[in-house]
Amino acid sequence: MEALLACLVGLLFAAGLYLMLSGVLVRFVFGLSLISNAVNLLIFTAGRLENVHPPLIAEGQTTLSVPASNALPQALILTAIVIGFAMVTFLLVLLNGAYLRTGSQDTDDPPFLDETGDGSLHAASAGRSAESDPS
Amino acid sequence: MKILPVIPILLPMAVAILSVLLRGDEKRAHMLAIAGAVVHLMVAVLLMGAVLRQGVVAVWIGNWPAPFGICLAVDYLSAAMVVITAVIHTAVTVYARRDIDDRQVGLGFYSFMQLLAAALCGAFLTGDLFNLYVWFEVMLMASFGLLVMGRGPGLLPGAVKYVTINLISTLFFLTAIGLIYGLTGTLNMADLHAKAAGVQNTDLLTAAAMLLMAAFGIKAALFPLFFWLPAAYPTLPVSVSAFFAGMLTKVGVYAIIRMFTLVFTHDTGVTHNTLLVVAALTMLFGVVGAAAQMEMRRILSFHIISQVGYMVLGLAMFTPLALAGAIVYLVHHIIVKANLFLVSGLVRQAGGSFHLKHVGGLYKSHGLVAVGFIIPAFALAGFPPLSGFWAKLLIIKAGIDSQYYTLAVLAALVGLLTVFSMIKIWSEVFWKPSPAEGSRSSGRSRLSAWMLGPVLALAMITVLLGIFMEPVIRFSVIAAGQLLDPEPYVSAVLRGAR
Repeated sequence: MEALLACLVGLLFAAGLYLMLSGVLVRFVFGLSLISNAVNLLIFTAGRLENVHPPLIAEGQTTLSVPASNALPQALILTAIVIGFAMVTFLLVLLNGAYLRTGSQDTDDPPFLDETGDGSLHAASAGRSAESDPS
Repeated sequence: MKILPVIPILLPMAVAILSVLLRGDEKRAHMLAIAGAVVHLMVAVLLMGAVLRQGVVAVWIGNWPAPFGICLAVDYLSAAMVVITAVIHTAVTVYARRDIDDRQVGLGFYSFMQLLAAALCGAFLTGDLFNLYVWFEVMLMASFGLLVMGRGPGLLPGAVKYVTINLISTLFFLTAIGLIYGLTGTLNMADLHAKAAGVQNTDLLTAAAMLLMAAFGIKAALFPLFFWLPAAYPTLPVSVSAFFAGMLTKVGVYAIIRMFTLVFTHDTGVTHNTLLVVAALTMLFGVVGAAAQMEMRRILSFHIISQVGYMVLGLAMFTPLALAGAIVYLVHHIIVKANLFLVSGLVRQAGGSFHLKHVGGLYKSHGLVAVGFIIPAFALAGFPPLSGFWAKLLIIKAGIDSQYYTLAVLAALVGLLTVFSMIKIWSEVFWKPSPAEGSRSSGRSRLSAWMLGPVLALAMITVLLGIFMEPVIRFSVIAAGQLLDPEPYVSAVLRGAR
């Protein structure tokens, strides 16, 4: 079971990385979602996999007597899922805004390559803001 | 008081919630934020007092028996970071009065600012790795909110770079957490200290350590993961960029210092030597990158990168003196860098632009701004007797003591190149005659005391730190001792809830 999940994690990582490296921002979001799911599975697998006994302590005892599934990684994953969901939502809104302002989804396009801060590359595709304009 | 370490986190959160209610009223929202920041500072100082008395203060939330549940553990380093966070938080909040407009207050500027302060304190205080992850995410969310409030041509591309690279850092962090939990069965840092030493599969542990190093390296803007920083910071509102410049990269540095002294010391040949190389390249590339820029905040952004290199260098050499140097550097750098960003806002107000070509003559027209700039700039470059000189001296001396002669020379050389950049700003902004002489900007535009006050106060702290450096160094040496010999920290944490 562990081996199977480990392979799945590896596969998801590979697919996610491929998408993220494509340079198109929407694909980046898909890659990010894939990898965050892969990481959640990794944490799940790194706990203890056991599908027979529930983690309940029998009456009169203070510890678990049989190997049972570990509840902690599941709590961690739950936290990570909630946070990841919020992040992806924000990212989608941001990318939409960036697309509307720059007209581009490709990180190799001029608006994303400006490294001098004077906005000269950007000025071509969207109007120059008044703030950085001295005159 | 037992719950004292919790207050620096809860207080700004409470103020953040109140600020939401006041977001339509700029004046009252600002007053509330200042009151919150000042109380935050007082609580931080109280916490520092408690730590100075007891050494290490640990609280188990919910009274779970150690090592279950989440604990907050405060040692010298954490306490110092919380105090410095509160200082910058206060300065930036005062400054924001003139820097932030109605629209931004309406969007919840003060709420995000307070949340960011709460998350920073949480990250500095927590003793649990997963909890650290949660605080990082809170910090990210607050910083995203502040990030999109700016304006200017590069805003959205800069924001996209910042957000995407930080989300990747999150993934690295979580992966490392999964691996570490699988190997040791615990995520409490003090507990990890003992359990990591007993791990059989040290290669896998090193892999997890390197993942964490990459995750924190992105946050700290280490080479080669720094490109997002100069893209994002110059697009922010000035007060936000000062807070980010002072604190956000330093959380990454703090996390690296914490994890690579407390937990991952099993294979310093790999981890710390990697840090050594990365630190050297970070110093060099940051300072060289700054030379090519002509926009004031971009120059300063590249200097953040090069300065972070010094701190990581101090950790990577891994001797008591070097670590003490890294801690002095952290404290000094946060104050100086935040101050320089605040000054850039004054320059914009007085001269009308951030761009060096478009301003000039401020030495004649705005003498106080010149004073406010020259002190942190010289401190950054390492002129005696200002704080930066001592910080650099400690790092370089530690380098010579450990026979890293090349690195010592490199550290001195980078200091020299820093002077070059600072002189470039000085001569362009302050000495050069104003390019718009006779027209609009030759009339002395009045500067607000709200903005000038924090700048001069931080400059004063820099001078005082430089003159009274001896107690600071003594404090840092004790802090470094706590990091290198974590037994008191571990036993204080694992003694558990009482």
